Amino acid sequence: MTDSLRRISTMFLRYLYLHKRSLPRTLELVFWPVTELLVWGFLTIYVQTMVEDSVSQLVVFLINAMIFWDILYRSQQGVTISIMEEIWHQNLMNLLVSPLRLWEWLMATFLYGMLKSLVITLILTVIAILLYHFNMVTSLGFALIPLAANLLLFGWALGVFTSAILLRWGYAAEALIWGIPFLVQPLSAIYYPLSVLPNWIQPISRCLPSTYVFEGMRAVLNKGIVPYAHYFAAFALNAVFFLVGAVFFNWLFKSALSSGRLVRLGMD
Amino acid sequence: MDERTLLCENYGMSSQTTNHLRTLIDAREICKNYGQTTALYNLSFRLKQGEILGLLGPNGAGKTTAIDIILGLLTPTSGEVRVLGKVPSRHRHSIASRINFCSGDSDLPANLKVCENLRIFARLYGVKHVEKKISALLKTFEIDHLGNRVAGALSSGEKTRLNLAKSLINDPVLLILDEPTSSLDPDMADKVRKIIKDVQVEKEMGILYTSHNMAEVEHLCDRAMFIHKGKKIVEGTPEEIRRHCSTSSLEEAFIKMVRTP
Ligand SMILES: Nc1ncnc2c1ncn2[C@@H]1O[C@H](COP(=O)(O)OP(=O)(O)OP(=O)(O)O)[C@@H](O)[C@H]1O
Ligand SMILES: [Mg+2]
Repeated sequence: MTDSLRRISTMFLRYLYLHKRSLPRTLELVFWPVTELLVWGFLTIYVQTMVEDSVSQLVVFLINAMIFWDILYRSQQGVTISIMEEIWHQNLMNLLVSPLRLWEWLMATFLYGMLKSLVITLILTVIAILLYHFNMVTSLGFALIPLAANLLLFGWALGVFTSAILLRWGYAAEALIWGIPFLVQPLSAIYYPLSVLPNWIQPISRCLPSTYVFEGMRAVLNKGIVPYAHYFAAFALNAVFFLVGAVFFNWLFKSALSSGRLVRLGMD
Repeated sequence: MDERTLLCENYGMSSQTTNHLRTLIDAREICKNYGQTTALYNLSFRLKQGEILGLLGPNGAGKTTAIDIILGLLTPTSGEVRVLGKVPSRHRHSIASRINFCSGDSDLPANLKVCENLRIFARLYGVKHVEKKISALLKTFEIDHLGNRVAGALSSGEKTRLNLAKSLINDPVLLILDEPTSSLDPDMADKVRKIIKDVQVEKEMGILYTSHNMAEVEHLCDRAMFIHKGKKIVEGTPEEIRRHCSTSSLEEAFIKMVRTP
């Protein structure tokens, strides 16, 4: 166990090392979410002035949703970019031959993704307070913890799926790092309630833990209720996603071992 | 009996004196097919502790394929290989800490410093005195002045030496080297061969070694195995192989074997 912890912390540090000398890498982390928040924030303020106060909650919904989305996105990115980093630098064989286990490696990327999410959330929260007088922490209260935790978990689970694909298809699958979250985005009822989606899409949305997080978020902000059912649904679905993700990862990894693609990742 | 098979069976010869030593690699009739392509066919061989075995063959012969199978990164289509008594593709983790490798096909992260790279691998392998080990290895490979440089800034020969330093970081029992000297200048290649030989003798390491430099193989390897189109053609000491092919050098033997239909 101590061996595992040592290897996990080593890999976690390895990803932190990347930020030590690379300003662009660190700026990139902050740049997109901040610009996005600015655009969304000012847009909603403008829309609000146009339609008077009939939708006074609009700015609150959208900004909170945006910050939440970034938790999910960064956590998935933390996992997949780290895996891709090793592929880009042809370091994969070195790692796979070392005593590092796959789950330890994934765990390190989870921690890295969590740190990324935390830093971003903190920055965006402060900006939202300063510019839009919206304080996510006081608005959501305790609900923030289970909701954010579920987003983090779902980001990790998606990261496991994407990583499996990366290890099997290598560079050819690179676009999925960014593609998969944006497939999930419209289905998760982030900026609008689930009921807005067409009837045939709703069952698909209900299979995603993120949908319950965003529905739960609106329930708290709107009605001030504690959405226990949403917490439960999100945690349960996350457990399913992790389980299926692990099986999927194992299966693709085994197939990459026998097809020789693991050692020759440029083939597809 | 055909002279070829005789030589193949002879591979016990040089190990007669080393019978008490354990078998590090035991490959039995491994085959690897990729669809219609046969990369390896019925390859059997052994590597004992304290022995350097050269794996020779022309481009595409199946050397890297054999190495990937031994490292557990590729599963054979049939046959079985045991490394330190375990099947690597299934029990990679129980043997990983006693093995290491260096290959021209893989690199250490270019955006990390030389010492950071080594520190990471030292910690992954659970090395005891990390900093001491790292500075000793840097000195051995004459890259101690480059410790604070990012790996991406190194010349290819310097990179190779960094990779070699990484491959010795855990004092492996079994070391696998895929063309380790191909990017080194003659002086450095000579030094690296000496280092490898010294460490190997000192730690009684077993080494599987591929190289296209026949003089080097003659100088370094206790035994060599020649494979062509995935099949083993001949195995024995460099001397035995030369005699088998009636040539005066291993290089001539190599060319003769490749060109004989
Ligand atoms: N994943 C794969 N799919 C199809 N064919 C493959 C695959 N991997 C290797 N091969 C083929 O298997 C054969 C053996 O390749 P291998 O890389 O083992 O050769 P090698 O002896 O290491 O050659 P070199 O000296 O050039 O490094 C080659 O013909 C190669 O084209
Ligand atoms: Mg090769």
